[in-house]
Amino acid sequence: MTQTLDEISAILLFSGMGVYALAFIAFTLDLARRSARADVVAESGAERIARARAGGSTATLERPPVAAAPAERASASLRVGVTLAVLGWLLHLGATVLRGVAAARVPWANMYEFAMTGTLLIMGVFLVLLVRRDLRFLGAIITGLVVLLLGISTVGFRVEVVPLPPALQSYWLVIHVLVAILATAFFTVGFALSLVQLMQARREAGRQVRFRMPASIPSSTALENSAYRVVIVGFIFWTFTLIAGAIWAEHAWGRYWGWDTKEVWTFIIWTIYAGYIHARATRGWRGSRSAWLAIVGYSAVLFNFGIVNVFFKGLHAYSGL
Amino acid sequence: MSRSSDLARPSDHIESDDAGEPVGGPKLGFVGSLRFFWRQLTSMRTALFLLLLLAIAAVPGSLVPQRSSDPNGVVQYRVDHPDLYPIVDALQGFDVYTSVWFSSIYLLLFVSLIGCVLPRTKHHWQALRAKPPRTPARLTRLDDVQVRSLADDPATALDRAEQLLRRRRYRTERYGASISAERGYLRETGNLVFHASLVGILLAVALGGSFGYSGQKIVVEGEPFVNYVAGYDSFTRGRLVSDVALDPYRITLDSLDVVYETENEHAVGQALDYTANVTVQQPGESGTATSTIKVNEPLRVDGTTVYLLGNGYAPRITVRNADGDVAFSGAVPFLPQDTNLTSIGVVKVPDGLPEQLGMIGFFYPTVGQLDTGALTSAYPDLTDPVLQLNVYEGDLGLDEGVPVSVYTLETDDLTQIAGRGTDVPAVDLAPGQTADLPDGLGSVTFDGVSRYASLEIHHDPSQGWVLLFAILVLAGLLTSLFVPRRRMWVKVLTEGDGRLRVEYAGLARGDDPGLSAAVAELAEEHAGADPALSRTT
Repeated sequence: MTQTLDEISAILLFSGMGVYALAFIAFTLDLARRSARADVVAESGAERIARARAGGSTATLERPPVAAAPAERASASLRVGVTLAVLGWLLHLGATVLRGVAAARVPWANMYEFAMTGTLLIMGVFLVLLVRRDLRFLGAIITGLVVLLLGISTVGFRVEVVPLPPALQSYWLVIHVLVAILATAFFTVGFALSLVQLMQARREAGRQVRFRMPASIPSSTALENSAYRVVIVGFIFWTFTLIAGAIWAEHAWGRYWGWDTKEVWTFIIWTIYAGYIHARATRGWRGSRSAWLAIVGYSAVLFNFGIVNVFFKGLHAYSGL
Repeated sequence: MSRSSDLARPSDHIESDDAGEPVGGPKLGFVGSLRFFWRQLTSMRTALFLLLLLAIAAVPGSLVPQRSSDPNGVVQYRVDHPDLYPIVDALQGFDVYTSVWFSSIYLLLFVSLIGCVLPRTKHHWQALRAKPPRTPARLTRLDDVQVRSLADDPATALDRAEQLLRRRRYRTERYGASISAERGYLRETGNLVFHASLVGILLAVALGGSFGYSGQKIVVEGEPFVNYVAGYDSFTRGRLVSDVALDPYRITLDSLDVVYETENEHAVGQALDYTANVTVQQPGESGTATSTIKVNEPLRVDGTTVYLLGNGYAPRITVRNADGDVAFSGAVPFLPQDTNLTSIGVVKVPDGLPEQLGMIGFFYPTVGQLDTGALTSAYPDLTDPVLQLNVYEGDLGLDEGVPVSVYTLETDDLTQIAGRGTDVPAVDLAPGQTADLPDGLGSVTFDGVSRYASLEIHHDPSQGWVLLFAILVLAGLLTSLFVPRRRMWVKVLTEGDGRLRVEYAGLARGDDPGLSAAVAELAEEHAGADPALSRTT
């Protein structure tokens, strides 16, 4: 029974990855289509003010030099991309739930399951954010990243369903790890936004960029604000992860903090993102420099998952590999 | 504008470029230099730099084994990298988190943080008692403005606006025909609580270390552990812990139950559960209580916490001399070497035989054989246990007064008389079996096997404080990031036709995505939706 459910789960996951890949193509086509008109950049009033302020003038608000492009219907490929992403997500959800049913526990007890649930939440957070604001220009980055991560973990990390070792038999497995995954999901969206912010900032500075930035993508200031809002949610979840992890460590290992390799990296990530949040209030650090911090922070998150779990010795030895 | 006033700003204030610190300017003098240094240290730029430096400084501790978390790893590192070891050791690379350089960074960071938080607390305290600022002359210049036309009496309109603002928990103040309002002081309060609680955690950890103790003890089934200093196998304590600080309760390990997976083919032999059944006797009490200890369920006794951190097998061995008199008898804890619990242990018989006798034992809970003919364990549970003993004779080195580990046998001064490398095969025993020792020395009996539990006992009075501050950190973070601090103004002007022109304006202090919605919502409730006249820039 367990075996069968797990096999169905794997099939669903592969289908989901296929659909995500198609969504990635659709999002990329949309970006390509948009960059064809790269010189027209829609700019909101607030962004104009921000720009006017940055330029030192607060008195006048000039009309934008280029008349704002008429509100344009989303391109067909964009709509296809979102639809495919949702479809892929449903398959992905089915795969994750079935894996949990097969194992009769939460589906995040080893690296394979962590990656499966982690990418599910990355997509989930992205899709939920789409309801509130138009971040579809991130679709290519997010789906691309998710397909890549899922590919690596199905090839490299896949393990059979095995029972939980005694150290993991705790309700903290549900709380601590789930919140860590949620934090990671928000950091991922923040990373994607910061990446686009950097490219946009280069374009705004008038420099030659290899990829022409597509039209109708928000200004770097607006992207920075969005990235900040997403990252602070991730940071709060991460802080909670750290505290919950310390409480669990006290229960399971007899000390709440012992500089175990995973604890060290959780601390490093927390510190980098704390730096990111402070950078906004620091002269000379707002803008591109803080975006780099968000990217460095996210690299540390990926490192913590991909490298520390597999190659570093420590108490968090639950990769299942 | 001086830097120190920068610090007194809300967290979201952005430091402006000032040319206030001339490079190579006038001589500062001693006090001036101190003040200059202090301003540098407490500036946001320095704090950010220290924060990022702290992140980088933490990395080496994950690359090199640490004495605190992985002492065996350090020993192994010395063997693997004999050239690098002294260099890394000199740089305190095996004690990164207590090293001089790591400590300097976080102590500087915390000094910088305190230097930042104190003036801001003062500033915030004053802000809490100050009135909202005067209404700006031209509200329509602000980012978020709504304008409505009303047929109302100015005084009533102002009263109603004030009521609405108060209901939204704004602090209000009238300036002529306008109201100035501010809310969200909790944002800065949360920010200060967050930073102060970080200091709290540091202090609790630093002070708590002086009052806490911890130790390990291996307890074989049926044997007791008593909580006093000599009752531990290893014991570390803070500076302020005296010998009598330990409460001498007694814990007896009645049994240790271990469950292994038998059905799932991918996990056969994986441990599913460890349960230590114990009897606890408090000092001065005759009664006892039974309890259990599991991996995630430690036992709390008298302000200490008892953890089940390990387990293993302790073969019960009896050694008799040629006359049949007992020279040694007892359960000897063996240390597990692999997941199938192949275990190694040492038996030392200092007295009762013509010469001192040492034995290195290999214990296989379920014996199997490798292709080479060597024995191995095929399963961690006691299905087919075998004890194999290599026997040594000579000076055990116990009489020199130097402490020696009970888990190792120094064989330099010993002669091997049985086992690999000699003509006599090792002694192989199943439970209940007895074998003769070589040279007519006597006999050895494998009476049976007990399990043992490796218990860890902790006493950390600061733990609760650390948790409290950690919760305050989280609470402070939530309020400082999500409570919007904003100012709102309502201005009433009487137009020529007798109608009122009412302006509503908001100003964010910090990140505040909901500001324009809040202004629109206020205007709507005060004057009704009137899109013809309202406008937003």
